[in-house]
Amino acid sequence: MASGTLYRGREGMWSWVAHRITGVAVYLFLLVHVLDTALVRVDPNLYDTVIASYKTPIVNLLEVGLVAAVLYHALNGIRIILVDFWSKGPRYQRAMLWVVMAIWLVLMVPGAFFMLRHTVEKMLGA
Amino acid sequence: MSLETFSAPRSGAKSRTNFEMLSWLFMRISGVVLVFLVLGHLLIMNILDGGVQRINFGFVAGRWASPFWQIWDLLQLWLAIIHGTNGLRTIIADYAPQKPGRQVRFWLQTVLMISAVFVLFAGTLVIFTFDPTIG
Repeated sequence: MASGTLYRGREGMWSWVAHRITGVAVYLFLLVHVLDTALVRVDPNLYDTVIASYKTPIVNLLEVGLVAAVLYHALNGIRIILVDFWSKGPRYQRAMLWVVMAIWLVLMVPGAFFMLRHTVEKMLGA
Repeated sequence: MSLETFSAPRSGAKSRTNFEMLSWLFMRISGVVLVFLVLGHLLIMNILDGGVQRINFGFVAGRWASPFWQIWDLLQLWLAIIHGTNGLRTIIADYAPQKPGRQVRFWLQTVLMISAVFVLFAGTLVIFTFDPTIG
């Protein structure tokens, strides 16, 4: 990192970059998701048809990515709040990022398992 | 290696206004509430009891028969849209160039605000006017 830049690298900067990227991705999905849900007010069959696309293997995989992004954003958001409001937050910001990553992994493994189970079973013909 | 500490915020004069301070505070308060609302929503919709495979019109109708889930979804909608729109507003302000005569930033912010208001309006209308006997 060049001196004089705001970008200091390492955990502090990269967690912030990831927070922005996951935030934008989740927001764009949110706009689409409110509109697809709004179809319940238009036509039940149309809603069911659109929701059926959420159950296809590729979109199912994208949902795991969505949950991964939301979960990171949520956990890192708590870390940001602790950095801002907890007197020892700034000192432990790096350690807290590793805690965030650990909790993220522990929750994502079973989460991804249950989210993909149906799709995998269907593909294997079970 | 000594522990690094943070210096005072280095962002520009813009963040000194009261609005930006309230925006900063709102992101943290809404963020805490959204952690519970959104992670709860994802757990119910995507993971528990068959996840997304069981979702259809009847499932939505069953949930919105209860005021509890109506209020949950309404609060979640408003907080998430405002939180996300405010985040995007900040990101556009950080990266979109402000060139004389081009007004890239102005138009991006305008498109963002129109989209947000439209989606918020549509979502709110659907929650309040949902009719399980439609069709």
